[in-house]
Amino acid sequence: MNTLAALAAPRRFRPGFWTAVFVVLFLAFCTVTVIRYTKGLGAVTNLSDQFPWGLWIGFDLLCGVGLAAGAFTLTAVVHLFNLKRFEPIVRPTILTGFLGYAFVIVALLLDLGQPWRIWHAIVYWNTHSVMFEVAWCVMLYTTVLAVEFSPVVFERFGFHAPARLIHRLITPLVILGVLLSTLHQSSLGSLYLIVPSKLHPLWYSPMLPLYFYISAIGAGIGMVILESYLSKRAFHRHLEMDLLEPLARGMVVALGIYGLMRLQGIARNHAFGTLGSYEGRMFLVEFLLGVVLPVVLMSFRRLRTNPDWLVGGAFLAVLGFVMNRLNVSITGMEAASGTRYLPSAMEIIVSLGLVATGMAVFAFAVRTFSIFPDGPVAGRSKEPAVGA
Amino acid sequence: MGLLFDATRCIGCGACSSACKEQNKLPGKVEEVLTAYTWTTVQEKEGLNVRKLCMHCEVPTCASVCPVGALKKTPEGPVVYDAERCMGCRYCMMACPFEIPKYQWDRPVPVVGKCIMCAGRVKDGQPTACAAACPAEATIFGKKEDLIWEARTRIRQKPGAYVDHIYGLTEAGGTSVLMISNVPFEKLGLKSNLPGEPPAMKTWQVLSNIPDFVAVWAVFLYGVHWITARREEVARVGANGNGHGRNGQGNGREDRS
Repeated sequence: MNTLAALAAPRRFRPGFWTAVFVVLFLAFCTVTVIRYTKGLGAVTNLSDQFPWGLWIGFDLLCGVGLAAGAFTLTAVVHLFNLKRFEPIVRPTILTGFLGYAFVIVALLLDLGQPWRIWHAIVYWNTHSVMFEVAWCVMLYTTVLAVEFSPVVFERFGFHAPARLIHRLITPLVILGVLLSTLHQSSLGSLYLIVPSKLHPLWYSPMLPLYFYISAIGAGIGMVILESYLSKRAFHRHLEMDLLEPLARGMVVALGIYGLMRLQGIARNHAFGTLGSYEGRMFLVEFLLGVVLPVVLMSFRRLRTNPDWLVGGAFLAVLGFVMNRLNVSITGMEAASGTRYLPSAMEIIVSLGLVATGMAVFAFAVRTFSIFPDGPVAGRSKEPAVGA
Repeated sequence: MGLLFDATRCIGCGACSSACKEQNKLPGKVEEVLTAYTWTTVQEKEGLNVRKLCMHCEVPTCASVCPVGALKKTPEGPVVYDAERCMGCRYCMMACPFEIPKYQWDRPVPVVGKCIMCAGRVKDGQPTACAAACPAEATIFGKKEDLIWEARTRIRQKPGAYVDHIYGLTEAGGTSVLMISNVPFEKLGLKSNLPGEPPAMKTWQVLSNIPDFVAVWAVFLYGVHWITARREEVARVGANGNGHGRNGQGNGREDRS
């Protein structure tokens, strides 16, 4: 096994505890996939006619896309705002973004009733549909991310001409990426504009597209910090505190604006009276833990410059983001549906399996390509395969 | 064209549901609630019998959200479904304010099921199967204007016998199926919190602005890039010992960069 792995990968890789976790999750994921395609969606999910969208839309799609927002934010910071010192973390961020989108596409293949018709969105157009816009943006932006990442692959195999060409085209490419991201990060919020009579007033607002966009920037930055920390743990790298600290300031600004907008929206809906309900409690956890707390904590320079607090703040922001997306797609929709939805074990296995696979591919890429400034990373740590 | 349902006349015999099953070749027995295989059913509420079926909105939310245009409003009134196009995203189910489209959860190759107002029959000038089968004239088929006139006449002729509201006239922007009753509609399990304008307008307001937005945003982003790149260039020229910049404009800018 060791010799085989050594032949396949340029650096040594020794499977450990996290590799085992990954293998188990991946096998479980494959089993569920087989059942899903042979027995139908009803056999593996708790979805129903009353509740047609569940965890796979709420987490896999909404969070997968949202947490990939670091890629467009950071490429804009480096290539458009010209803050070149952030260059060292652009590659891992683009890779995270690309994997996030790949994750979303795989999740869609499981969630769609007839996934083999996913190409229908290309030929049958309905420009009145937000979903149509989402489909096109995801397709195009995944391509943009792949092209932005491709020089890393070209370099590895010594193809310098195409790498140089992409380097020359980087400005229009980054602008295209930011445009597409702006459009569909916000249109994931627009998806819910269509249900004014269904979504709870704590979350429904005509400003949903803007909420989704700004919170994605905040959480996308949080994800960059978190991903740096996980890489540090997994590959024994140092934490680029001089880069992450100013990023945390950006996160505070984005989350702060977002928090104020949310409060204004809830005031406009006169929904503060509902805070005592089930939805209200879920909102309070989401908002206090995931918006207020990270904004307050990360406002202190002393905490921002401490790696532990910094990572903690970023984690809260990402957690708050995930809770928001789940609240919009599940908690806020339950009352109108007249039913309770809890994801089935098999739905959760699919989501976890996808996250684990994403992390494993990330780890593989980090070992194979120059993702970090110091080149491919050796896998001699105690927790090699699946991050930390 | 459209349907008018009068809850005070319905005797709950279920002839409409059976006729629907037969007409549309739907498997299984008529179920209590709507499913992918039962497109219309009669429910007993408040001592009345109430039909459940697709309302066939004038501006159908399902048709507006479908990314591949599998749902469409025909000129005759029915909202029809093209199973060959559908990829199964179920956004129509999520978005429908009346919660009508249902799914074949038990099949590996599932499609959406919902009342299509016997679009083929209607196109040929025939009434829907449910209206033709109704022995009590609780469901009648006709031109929408005629049905509105009929409903108004019934409400006016027997004061107090009906709630003074035609359900479907304004709900979600108006529907091709109209209902009248002597019991408030929310008690019959019909949604009473629906907006008067079609929900589709809310997303269209956003979507229709995308072309303008893309143009402005692209110019802005390029502008930002141009400014920062120019600053860097000026700073570089300044740092090379030429204090005046390349073409004399550098003086003011190099301090800021």
